[in-house]
Amino acid sequence: MIEVDAVIIGGGIVGASAALFLSQAGRRVALLERDFCGSHSSGVNYGGVRRQGRPLSQLPLSQRAHEIWGRLPQLIGIDGEYQRSGHLKLARSLNDLRALQDYAASSQGFGLDLQVLERSELRARFPWVGEVAVGASFCPDDGHANPRLVSPAFARAARHHGAQVHEQCAVGAVEHDGQRFRVSTQSGLELRAPWVLNCAGAWAGKLAGQFGEPVPMHAGHPAMLVTEPLPWVMNASTGVEGGGIYARQVARGNCVLGGGQGFALDDARARPGQHAVIEILRQAVELYPFLEGAQAIRTWSGTEGYLPDRQPVIGHSGTQPGLLHAFGFAGAGFQIGPAVGQALAEIICSGASTTSLDAFSITRFHSISVA
Amino acid sequence: MKSVVIIGAGPAGIRAAQTLVAHGVRPILLDEAARGGGQIYRRQPVNFKRSAVKLYGFEARKANALHQTIDELREQLDYRPDTLVWNAEDGALDTLHEGRAARLEFSRVIVATGATDRVLPVPGWTLPGVYSLGAAQIALKFQGCAIGERVVFAGSGPLLYLVAYQYAKAGAKVVAVLDSSPFSAQARALPGLLSQPATLAKGIYYRSWLTAHGIPVHQGATLKHINGEQRVQSLNWSNSSGKHTLDCDAVAFAHGLRSETQLADLLGCAFAWNPLNRAWLPQRDSAGRSSVAEVYLAGDGAGITGADAAEIAGERAALALLEDNDYPIAPQRGVQLEQALGRIDTFRHGLERAFVFPENWATDTADDVMICRCEEVRAGDIREVVREGHWEINRVKAHCRVGMGRCQGRMCGAAAAEIIACESQRAVSDIGRLRAQAPIKPLPFGLEIEP
Ligand SMILES: Cc1cc2nc3c(=O)[nH]c(=O)nc-3n(C[C@H](O)[C@H](O)[C@H](O)COP(=O)(O)OP(=O)(O)OC[C@H]3O[C@@H](n4cnc5c(N)ncnc54)[C@H](O)[C@@H]3O)c2cc1C
Ligand SMILES: Cc1cc2nc3c(=O)[nH]c(=O)nc-3n(C[C@H](O)[C@H](O)[C@H](O)COP(=O)(O)OP(=O)(O)OC[C@H]3O[C@@H](n4cnc5c(N)ncnc54)[C@H](O)[C@@H]3O)c2cc1C
Repeated sequence: MIEVDAVIIGGGIVGASAALFLSQAGRRVALLERDFCGSHSSGVNYGGVRRQGRPLSQLPLSQRAHEIWGRLPQLIGIDGEYQRSGHLKLARSLNDLRALQDYAASSQGFGLDLQVLERSELRARFPWVGEVAVGASFCPDDGHANPRLVSPAFARAARHHGAQVHEQCAVGAVEHDGQRFRVSTQSGLELRAPWVLNCAGAWAGKLAGQFGEPVPMHAGHPAMLVTEPLPWVMNASTGVEGGGIYARQVARGNCVLGGGQGFALDDARARPGQHAVIEILRQAVELYPFLEGAQAIRTWSGTEGYLPDRQPVIGHSGTQPGLLHAFGFAGAGFQIGPAVGQALAEIICSGASTTSLDAFSITRFHSISVA
Repeated sequence: MKSVVIIGAGPAGIRAAQTLVAHGVRPILLDEAARGGGQIYRRQPVNFKRSAVKLYGFEARKANALHQTIDELREQLDYRPDTLVWNAEDGALDTLHEGRAARLEFSRVIVATGATDRVLPVPGWTLPGVYSLGAAQIALKFQGCAIGERVVFAGSGPLLYLVAYQYAKAGAKVVAVLDSSPFSAQARALPGLLSQPATLAKGIYYRSWLTAHGIPVHQGATLKHINGEQRVQSLNWSNSSGKHTLDCDAVAFAHGLRSETQLADLLGCAFAWNPLNRAWLPQRDSAGRSSVAEVYLAGDGAGITGADAAEIAGERAALALLEDNDYPIAPQRGVQLEQALGRIDTFRHGLERAFVFPENWATDTADDVMICRCEEVRAGDIREVVREGHWEINRVKAHCRVGMGRCQGRMCGAAAAEIIACESQRAVSDIGRLRAQAPIKPLPFGLEIEP
């Protein structure tokens, strides 16, 4: 029987950063990961580290994450190819540009420093953007990183600070005996702890349901694609207002692109699907003309949890004291993940998160019947 | 209507097509190459006029027969050359033909995708002038040109002697043949090899011919280093009697072949570790049925057995497909074919003993040797990731990019697996299997789509 202060289920960036901050604060934690830490959404995502475009309710947490990302090497020992290249959100119509202007106005005061660019300014500053873009909004301090490196490094850093990290260790039963949780894993571990953190990503709904608070979460599978190395042109990570093909270029020269949805191979694995891949190959050249004739060498996808309002669940269970949830990041949890982990650690260490989590309470689904 | 589709117009695919046609089925035959024939019987471009005997030597008759078959079948099947299958999902294949993407639904598919060389890198292998054995042969067979004027052939496997012989016959100067397998291994393997006396005789003939023509053939010889500034100038090799240097301007090397299994993977076939091939292979029954009801496997793409076996397996898989769809077939034919395959399998076991895998390769490979050309990952980079505690090959790939580039691990995967296994002190069968992802080969932006 392993006695700890907190059992964390799920070794993605959320669970691993909770483990890191808790063990930095001297708590005994066990991080239990079914596969390998950072091998699901957290390790296969697009790598966008952006605040721009998030719902205003997420911006305080996102801003806090921004500060954490700023000291990544001190925290996890590597730079994770993180760079503040800026994030350029493109508008394909004047309506879209207006939407970007409105967002820039309403997000003022959160520290994003957005710059709305008219067509001529966009051309002058980012000449590689296609003619279809009539304008853009630029967030100079947003950027991108390599998720394959960053997410596992959070778990490694947690281990350095004393966390027990168990990989290939799927959680089976979780029970509460009135005082503590008893957690058993399929590999035969038995753990006891006053706190359980449900950071199981797209698979977190099961535990919530088991504790009497089912959530209407579904899995999504964003399609990703990477090119062979190309001459360096993209001096910003990009996105498109209203959805479309997002792209960034890494230092090696490869462009990473995303857009559209793939499909599930099984409960844990996904593929991008022929349809999304072809759409990216056909449409990307409109937005990023320099890609014409370049070759795509690899595609992939992942399994991500989405709730109907596309907002995550973060914070206390509404039914079981000691149970904390953090899931449903709707394709945007890589950037805020570290701040979520820190907020969960604060709840355990000092009773409450310094950033309000009210908007993300699971109780918003208590009255909804989940099919 | 959904079609019966064959992927690959090599010996396996062509014989499968012929069998289907003979039973009244009109299959679609997809092949990435411009002309049918596959690797061994690769055809020269239309306007090239060298004789079959010049091109295929002893195999000229077989090559002619196969080419004739596909030419004669032309009207009875839907043959689509220059067509790459880059993805498979959901009962459909995704193809690329002259820059146009299309989707092809199938009711059944025979995967006959063949093989490529297995490359175990040595220092200097990325210099211009270094080729795989297969590539050296393609240059000769397809374009009628040699990779250099003074060529050394190295590595192991039946192709080693064959290609050296073909080069010498074609008038190129073969400086030496460096066979990494010791003579003792070949002596031990003889009983198994005797199950195919004709094939064995050819192998012995190639070697004797080389020796008779004054070409040095060394056994138990390890290629150590390829040297050169702009291109190959010399190489170092060693054997029990010491270290040696040879001047040359080209090197062809490989250690046997590896199966092209990515499509079987994307099609959902179950894989199992195959010790003989030292690789993960899609599982199949003796007739070629995979674990997926609609998918059949034939030829070197499902495990290396060579061209004759590929022809037989192609026919056998087609018969299985027909049988499963209630076509009347002659039952004893299937039995005969499987017996023939069994005999070749014994030979194949013999070959593997004759051309032993260089077990020391991973241990002997220095940290600075480039393993993955596409992503420029060296042996030391892989080892460093393993020392951080990673041992699962997809995980190691995620950390150091080995196998993540243009070839998607088709060239470097086998070598990377050996390094990972050696460094993590696990068996090479215990480090997981490199998962395939679409596209199997690079796809261009701006492609058109077939309506
Ligand atoms: C293709 C793709 C692109 C994306 N792009 C971006 C982007 O550009 N920017 C951005 O900010 N976000 C992006 N996201 C979203 C982001 O990746 C996720 O929101 C974030 O990684 C979620 O982290 P997590 O730790 O909650 O989940 P995960 O990384 O999925 O981790 C959950 C872990 O729980 C484990 N687990 C599940 N059940 C059990 C069990 N019973 N026992 C033990 N362990 C269990 C799983 O194995 C998994 O490792 C993208 C997501 C995908 C899929
Ligand atoms: C370069 C090379 C040279 C060889 N030379 C000899 C030799 O001289 N003597 C000998 O005995 N053996 C040789 N071999 C071994 C050879 O594998 C077999 O002898 C024989 O060719 C196997 O027949 P097959 O039908 O299984 O596959 P192959 O002959 O390899 O045919 C497979 C076909 O599938 C096609 N294909 C593969 N993937 C796709 C895809 N995704 N989409 C569309 N088409 C696809 C290929 O273009 C090819 O035409 C050689 C192998 C290689 C790699």
